[in-house]
Amino acid sequence: MATKREITLERREVVARILRDRGGALVVPGLGAPTWDCAAAGDHPLTFQMWGAMGGTTMIALGLALAQRERRVIALPGDGDMLMGIGSLATIGTQGPPNLVVAVIDNERYGETGMQETHTARGVDLEGIARASGFRHGATVYTQDELEAAMPLIYRTEGPVFVNIKVTTQPVPNVLPPRDGAWLKHRFRQALLGERAFD
Amino acid sequence: MSQNVAAPSWPRGIYDVLKAQKVRQVAYVPDAGHSELIKLCQATEQMSTISLTTEEEGISMLAGAWLGGERGALLMQSSGVGNCINLFGMVQECRFPLLMLVTMRGQWGEFNPWQVWMGSSVRPVLEQCGVVCYDVDEPQRVVETVSAASNLVFNAYRSVAVLIGQRVTGSKNFVK
Repeated sequence: MATKREITLERREVVARILRDRGGALVVPGLGAPTWDCAAAGDHPLTFQMWGAMGGTTMIALGLALAQRERRVIALPGDGDMLMGIGSLATIGTQGPPNLVVAVIDNERYGETGMQETHTARGVDLEGIARASGFRHGATVYTQDELEAAMPLIYRTEGPVFVNIKVTTQPVPNVLPPRDGAWLKHRFRQALLGERAFD
Repeated sequence: MSQNVAAPSWPRGIYDVLKAQKVRQVAYVPDAGHSELIKLCQATEQMSTISLTTEEEGISMLAGAWLGGERGALLMQSSGVGNCINLFGMVQECRFPLLMLVTMRGQWGEFNPWQVWMGSSVRPVLEQCGVVCYDVDEPQRVVETVSAASNLVFNAYRSVAVLIGQRVTGSKNFVK
């Protein structure tokens, strides 16, 4: 197992940096902190905020990526969410969607429940699992330079792409997006599909 | 296969319904009862067929498909229903349309005692989770049932499971 590297990246800055370049991308942040991070970066109709469905983030992104093949689709699960749906990496690997990116915001903790350690704190290598599952590209990011180097992977490289981004456990203020599920769904579909959303 | 030429099989009938309903994403954890339908979908260019590691992946995937403007269906065996429960919360909260085609085990003529408990729990569990259940126990009623379910799903935006009984799929028996 590799020696542990120091974690210095702040989650809010990481997510804001990724979203700054989003263009027409569709974004699916996972339950908990990644959803609040996206809200802090600015609510957006083409961000489908998850207030539940832990373990389901990457598979929502897969369904979306298959339906919208001309769009970049970015899943932003936390590490606990990713571990709960770990089999989805194999499913995505076998489908090989070129427009899908999974970028895990990995603080090595279950953040909503008391900051208990997840398996990634104990050496589980998510990028390694993704690569072995058939993702075309992978990276694990610890520094700002590495994050900048990963931006072309996130937005331009043929997918599926997997980027594991290590972030600190530094507390951040709660920024909560709207939480009515049916409304979030309609808003997303209307922004994406226009009148066809209500066929 | 020759016997299928004279009388179209019920899996073929389901396939025709899915195609007519413009279902584009077909997710499955295989069951012997769905094997012919899976093959038909795999051979169809307009359909993506997605093999899952667990049934709950399919619930999320079809939610994503709907967000992206596509219709989907989820094929599974009855034992897979239990794997989906937490994700039904998202389906109901967001009112995602959901079409599940469930081939039953643990009921008519079952030989495997380990299948009986989940098989007996499928309907109460699904109903408790807000999913409408349509039973079908006769091969000649499969198509009309799946068709009615599809209408409720895609036109009335509901979550519906068609429970295809062992009188339709045939009971498995490894023991004498």
